[in-house]
Amino acid sequence: MSVIYLLILVSLVVAVCFLGAFLWAVKDGQYDDDYSPSVRILFDDDVKKSNKENLINSKNNLTINKSNSTIDN
Amino acid sequence: MIEEKCYHCGDDCDSSKIIFDNHTFCCNGCKAVYEILQANNLNEYYQFEIQPGVKSNEKGNTDFNFLDNAEIASRLLLYHDQDISRVSFSIPQIHCSSCIWLLENLTRLHQGVVRSVVDFSKKRTDITFKNSEITLRQLVKLLSSIGYQPNLNEVSESLTKLLDKSIYYKIGVAGFCFGNIMLLAFPEYLGIDESFNDFKSFFGYISLVLSIPVFFYSGIDYIKNAIKGINQRFINIDIPIALGMIALFLRSIYEILTYTGAGYLDSLSGLIFFLLLGKWFQQKTYDSLSFERDYKSYFPIAVNKIINEALVSIKIEDLKIGDKIEIRNNELIPADAVLKKGEAYIDYSFVTGESKPVRKKEGDILFAGGRQVGTKIELELVKEVNNSYLTQLWNQDVFQKEDNSNDYNSLSNKVSKYFTIVVLIISLFTFVFWWIKNPEIMWNALTAVLIVACPCALALSTPFTLGNMTRIMGRNGLYLKHTSIIEKLSNISSIVFDKTGTITHSGMMNVAYVGEKLSDLEKIAIHSLVTSSVHPLSISIKNYLKQKEVKKVVDFGEVAGSGLEGVVDGLKLKLGSAAFLNYSVDAKDEAKKSKVFISFNGEVKGYFEFDQLYRSGLKETIKKLGTKYDIHLFTGDNNSQESYLTNELNIKSLYFNQSPIDKLSNIKKIQQKGKRVLMIGDGLNDAGALKQSDVGIAISDNIHQFSPACDAILSATKFAEIPYFISLAKKSISIIKWSFIISFLYNVIGISYAVTGMLSPIVAAILMPLSSITIVVFTTFSTNYIAKQKI
Repeated sequence: MSVIYLLILVSLVVAVCFLGAFLWAVKDGQYDDDYSPSVRILFDDDVKKSNKENLINSKNNLTINKSNSTIDN
Repeated sequence: MIEEKCYHCGDDCDSSKIIFDNHTFCCNGCKAVYEILQANNLNEYYQFEIQPGVKSNEKGNTDFNFLDNAEIASRLLLYHDQDISRVSFSIPQIHCSSCIWLLENLTRLHQGVVRSVVDFSKKRTDITFKNSEITLRQLVKLLSSIGYQPNLNEVSESLTKLLDKSIYYKIGVAGFCFGNIMLLAFPEYLGIDESFNDFKSFFGYISLVLSIPVFFYSGIDYIKNAIKGINQRFINIDIPIALGMIALFLRSIYEILTYTGAGYLDSLSGLIFFLLLGKWFQQKTYDSLSFERDYKSYFPIAVNKIINEALVSIKIEDLKIGDKIEIRNNELIPADAVLKKGEAYIDYSFVTGESKPVRKKEGDILFAGGRQVGTKIELELVKEVNNSYLTQLWNQDVFQKEDNSNDYNSLSNKVSKYFTIVVLIISLFTFVFWWIKNPEIMWNALTAVLIVACPCALALSTPFTLGNMTRIMGRNGLYLKHTSIIEKLSNISSIVFDKTGTITHSGMMNVAYVGEKLSDLEKIAIHSLVTSSVHPLSISIKNYLKQKEVKKVVDFGEVAGSGLEGVVDGLKLKLGSAAFLNYSVDAKDEAKKSKVFISFNGEVKGYFEFDQLYRSGLKETIKKLGTKYDIHLFTGDNNSQESYLTNELNIKSLYFNQSPIDKLSNIKKIQQKGKRVLMIGDGLNDAGALKQSDVGIAISDNIHQFSPACDAILSATKFAEIPYFISLAKKSISIIKWSFIISFLYNVIGISYAVTGMLSPIVAAILMPLSSITIVVFTTFSTNYIAKQKI
């Protein structure tokens, strides 16, 4: 029966790890915003090929300038 | 007419729709945003949500020159070094998943943006950018160009608001220890056979170790508050809680160390855990709403000062009397000033709620808070920003007082005062009784009474009822700053309304045409003429006519303060005041309502009449409230509407020509008569009255923008629900009273055990959680139930 001493101590150590994980999550800000992460995960993050070309283009010639010429003045 | 929705913002495209790329747009602003996104392959924006865009707001400063000023920029930036900078913008327009997507893909719009993360619940975006590629000013302009103009005034304010996460840590620790202690206490409850005795002390020691963080970390605030209360000679609800906690803790230590029992550590940790849960539940806040705005949130950060004919952007705090400044179209006047040059047309809607611009001549005094409409003007300051007509409101005493959310007069504090006294008397009586009769168990009996009397259920009644009610009200369009507002709202006896913008629609006018019938051709001609003008009356006429076609106007002329003229299709049009048209009208008639006359080739055909549009359901709402409360009405206007207000709405107490400070002092006067006042207002001019009143509710068409400091924000569409909210508040208070009765019953049962000195740990362990859970269930169900019963 004396194995109970060991078991209880081990189980407490495991439980403390979970408590630590919870505190860490709070500190890390996981409970700050409960909406955006749920949406963010659904976004496609692979930029399509055409987009890449466009990005390179926009470096030299900001497309945005066409419609709003005051941006870079 | 077929109503079509704008592909970008979802507004109705009535008079001036634009077809572009097979999509319909309501205005050029929306089309421009679409073009930008199209050109950068960001079309997915329109796939997450239908019509996700935000109509671009043309008002306000749009060149952001002041952001090039290093001092101002550094106030906004969270971090910056030579290469990169980080900034956190408040963007009130964020409202859907498309917004998140677009803002997080800013990199695809501009290479200079390194990283951009949206916090949806706070409506903020955190952006990191390369200094070599984009400046702060360009970044703000980029955001504005796609319809997400950041609210720059709120950056500095929110940074100081540090997030308090300690409640989460405390709940986590208490919950963890509670669960484990409970498990260790189980064998004791079940009374396992002899062999268990070997483990008894071991289990006891572990429980003791686990209870130390609960007592000294999670629960220490209750003991601190109790000490604070005693120091201030004030009995609060924390005193009996602290007594119970200490009694539980000391007696458990004693029992465990002397091997006389298992202690009550499970009850102790459970108690603290439940109390913390209640505290957390009560803390519901609306992160994205601001209840603390003062004039600084409305005013520009910087203005253009004229120094030797040159313009220099300077911070508004640095303005001094005698400084010359330039104000352009749609900019706010930061301090009282004399008009030196230019034609001023001042829209005082921030100050008075009245959006009709007032014309001013050179040499006239312009008051802070007005917005210039039209060409640029030059001003010389006569007062400093803090001492101006509007802003000196914030120097009043009311604004100096710290907001005290720890309300000594709250119901639970009043009740707990008597409760504590009764508990102390009972425990003393028990102690003395056993001291005489059987001194061996006197300590046992004393601690047992203190343990059982610990008002856990009592302390939970208020937070759970009010916390849940705050959520219910929030769902219905009333956003409370703090749960304690509900109790104050239930106690009011007078209601004060502001007129313009509160009981009337702000910005919207009721237009009517009186006179000879206009032909379609004439309508198009008028429409073409007013399209060229930005005057609010012109815009109202334009919306009223609902024409599509715009013809070319020749010889167009706008005479400020008088009217418009021009030739359309050979028709010579004149639109404006009677004097402008050389038309004579009854002088008595003239003053009542705003009228715009129209003439074709010198012949007057009729006039447009403008009326303030009262909110729908106003009459019923006032009638309902009038039976229970005395109603007052404050307005900055003259008494032209008096007959309507007294006869139709039946409001007897009217105050006309009220300055912001008049409103404040009149609230004070009503309060001195022993009334508790609910003020409902909207503009900055009501800020003093909202602060002075017992409960100040700001009404707003867009709850995320522009509402003065207040206790609660009411969405304008829910105006007619005010009586419902007040009755909800009253019913919440009776729910609290009922749950007090329930928790007293539990206490009576517990104490009747305890005075005999025979409190077994298992009774304590069952009674305390049971009473807490009963209260939680009772308050949650009953608040939801009363919310469903519409009155």
